[in-house]
Amino acid sequence: MTRTLIPPEFLVKIDHVRCRRCKRCILNCGFGALSFQDRIVADSSRCVACHRCVTFCPEGAISVERNPLCFKPNAHWTPEVIKAIYKQAETGGVLLTGMGNDRPYINYFDHLLLDACQVTNPSIDPLREPMELRTYLGSKPNSVQVETRDGEHVLATRLSPQITLETPIIFAGMSFGSISLPAHKALARAAHLSGTLMNTGEGGLHRELYPYSSSIIVQVASGRFGVNQEYLDRAAAIEIKIGQGAKPGIGGHLPGEKVNQEVSQTRMIPEGTDALSPAPHHDIYSIEDLSQLIYALKEATRYTKPVGVKISAVHNAAAIASGIARAGADFIYIDGFRGGTGAAPTIIRDHVGIPIEMAIAAVDDRLRQEGIRNQVSLIAAGGFRHSGDVAKAIALGADIVAIGTAALVAMGCRVCQKCYTGNCSWGIATQRPELVQRLDPEEATERLVNLLRGWSLELKEILGALGVNAVESLRGSRERLRGIGLNQVELEILGVKPAGR
Amino acid sequence: MKEIFPRIPSGCSIIGVFNRKAKRFSGADIVRAIRVMHDRSNGLGGGFAGYGIYPEYKDCYAFHLLYEGEASQHETEHFLEKHFIIERSEPIPTRPHPRISDPPILWRYFLRVKPHRLESFRGGRGAESRSSPQFCAVLEKTGERCDERDFVVEQVMWINRCIGGAFVASSGKNMGVFKGVGYPEDIGEFYRIEEYEGYLWTGHGRFPTNTPGWWGGAHPFTILDWSVVHNGEISSYGINKRYLEMFGYHCTLQTDTEVIAYLFDLLHRRHGLPLEVACLALAPPFWKNLDRGSGAKEELARALRQVYGSALLNGPFSIVVGFTGGMIGLTDRIKLRPLVCGEKDEFLYLASEECAIRELCPNPDRVWAIKAGEPVIGKLEEGVQP
Ligand code: SF4
Ligand code: SF4
Repeated sequence: MTRTLIPPEFLVKIDHVRCRRCKRCILNCGFGALSFQDRIVADSSRCVACHRCVTFCPEGAISVERNPLCFKPNAHWTPEVIKAIYKQAETGGVLLTGMGNDRPYINYFDHLLLDACQVTNPSIDPLREPMELRTYLGSKPNSVQVETRDGEHVLATRLSPQITLETPIIFAGMSFGSISLPAHKALARAAHLSGTLMNTGEGGLHRELYPYSSSIIVQVASGRFGVNQEYLDRAAAIEIKIGQGAKPGIGGHLPGEKVNQEVSQTRMIPEGTDALSPAPHHDIYSIEDLSQLIYALKEATRYTKPVGVKISAVHNAAAIASGIARAGADFIYIDGFRGGTGAAPTIIRDHVGIPIEMAIAAVDDRLRQEGIRNQVSLIAAGGFRHSGDVAKAIALGADIVAIGTAALVAMGCRVCQKCYTGNCSWGIATQRPELVQRLDPEEATERLVNLLRGWSLELKEILGALGVNAVESLRGSRERLRGIGLNQVELEILGVKPAGR
Repeated sequence: MKEIFPRIPSGCSIIGVFNRKAKRFSGADIVRAIRVMHDRSNGLGGGFAGYGIYPEYKDCYAFHLLYEGEASQHETEHFLEKHFIIERSEPIPTRPHPRISDPPILWRYFLRVKPHRLESFRGGRGAESRSSPQFCAVLEKTGERCDERDFVVEQVMWINRCIGGAFVASSGKNMGVFKGVGYPEDIGEFYRIEEYEGYLWTGHGRFPTNTPGWWGGAHPFTILDWSVVHNGEISSYGINKRYLEMFGYHCTLQTDTEVIAYLFDLLHRRHGLPLEVACLALAPPFWKNLDRGSGAKEELARALRQVYGSALLNGPFSIVVGFTGGMIGLTDRIKLRPLVCGEKDEFLYLASEECAIRELCPNPDRVWAIKAGEPVIGKLEEGVQP
């Protein structure tokens, strides 16, 4: 291949006066952008701006800047567009990317505002009054039967399995393989310590996570990696993955280089082979097929665990969700187009799917119209950045919110979007031993626990400001949201009134 | 020393007086009692519910209607004729009152359901269809068998939702609601409440903040023979309303209190939860209290919270709920609004302030402030018929 026409996206600058040539930056760069030839030399074309070197240089001698002069300014032929064309002209392949859609589509969360109390419905001070975030994952009947025995009222209905969550936030599915073992362990332990759940993603369950079984959702994806009886038994809940927000309609691909011995054992595939999960499940081509799998999994686990289905947010998600509920699922997980991923074709990530806000509103409405909203827990995911997003999603109708990217960021991820290369300098999206060992699972656990705690405290503040002391009173309460800068149709779909009304 | 009269009018007065032996007493009492809480209202709404007031028509649904004009009355009467046998139709007696202006047309009807209408309703037909979901269709979906009362609920919802300027103030048997814009004592005089006798009376003086002062917006709010008077605000209204819609109820009255009446109807009448259990669902104990035990009681409370989380009433409230044969007093889980209870012989009293109870009963056997989230339920003594 001839020389590339693609200019470097970033420029790495070394302050040689400050640099004392300790070479720590070279060790820290997972992408091989730095080397030593008498002094530190940077190959800017390899830099992805993961900022590992910048963070760990003891002298503060490195800076990374966006390369300012790449292309003549053009609003239509943006540098990204031109670069993509160069890349494809040079390689003839599908362009890959990681970690979620970064295009400036309208963000509905940022166009929704929460309500607050004033005089007549007093706000409640969460520092002094109990504020309840506890949420139950699982299918609920529309009503319960009560019997009266010796003057005491007792429950006569047996509820299907319910998982107690101390906060309505869980960790989204991220597979071992796409992320490292320390990262996976940190997620499981943090979930366990926080009274919530982590999701294995489609990569099987590593033995070291067994102690946290009661805090784990295991995934059954099209590749069926790692799925066996023990795997199902070692879970609190089971999720059939149909789609993923970052790449609707696309299967999974873990390159052979990432499939080391541990990954191979966990996934039950030969070492060094590509782990390909097909786009469709080859035994599911209809809702009846899905129902069969749901009940096969329920049978296999003796009806002791909730079984759910994950789909990505697409325009007919509401109708599909209704079908899933009727097919017997205990929960539906909807993943919006801002969800992260280890690897996805850029074109899919950037142009397929719909915002999670719209999907939550449409699905919740549809399930209510059909009177089956109680039959399923609704989990929403896809780019939640802070507790404000979480509160708004719950007000729109979600029971639970799943966070993926935010959790990785808590562990150190800089959203450099190069997860698909397996070179993650932060030891998160990599299996390279020297990189993996950078992530201290203890520290990562603590950071995740802190994040959940911080967001949960903020959620309590929001509930208090809304004058309610239970998250149930926010869930689906769109009356407490107002839209700003949205048109009539958007307001209608979201089911909210405009600000000022 | 200067005299200080601390006075914090915290808005809205509520009251309920109930005789467990079903002995009827004059509506004048309830007016007298609520008068002493005058400062808790601002003249924008007052009302009363009386039970046992129509013994001669006790098997008929007594519909109290508020009409903005004759056109709405004609349309409504046409509608009523279609679905009901009208045993009697007459204006609700009132007297001119210096402080009550612009009353709507006030009319009452004593109705029996037309059997063939009920049959076609059960078959999922015969319901008008100006908007969805229809009550009967919802019943079918949830697998409930609809009875006559469901039919009545559907017709009430229809009138309130679809006939402009018509509003059903009450629709229960042997009970009625008298309400309007004004101070409660004036409303009582206007409706000649003293001429009625009932075994249970509830009353309300309104200090509206969120919603306009209009005749339909005054308390009590009702469906069938449930009537609710409320001091406070339901901060969970948004989800309570959406939850009720799933079961066919339409909240159209611009007031958060409406959801309480519908929730009692849904939980007790339709889902068959005993009253104590329905209250447990509406004002559940905190998780931290439940976590201390693992007995049958906790199991029930936990399941209720899981299943009826959307029905949980949040925000400040104290309510008095009237129904055929009894009365419930309930406050929110942290008791942001007042409610006092008193007992004397077979009388049970509930009021925002103790002074209102003592106005009727200077020496009660017992007076106490009811606990947050713990209902006081008064029922007729065994064997007593209303
Ligand atoms: S880490 Fe900093 S000080 Fe060390 S070699 Fe690199 S640039 Fe120089
Ligand atoms: S996980 Fe690693 S490679 Fe992926 S975006 Fe974050 S820092 Fe970059």
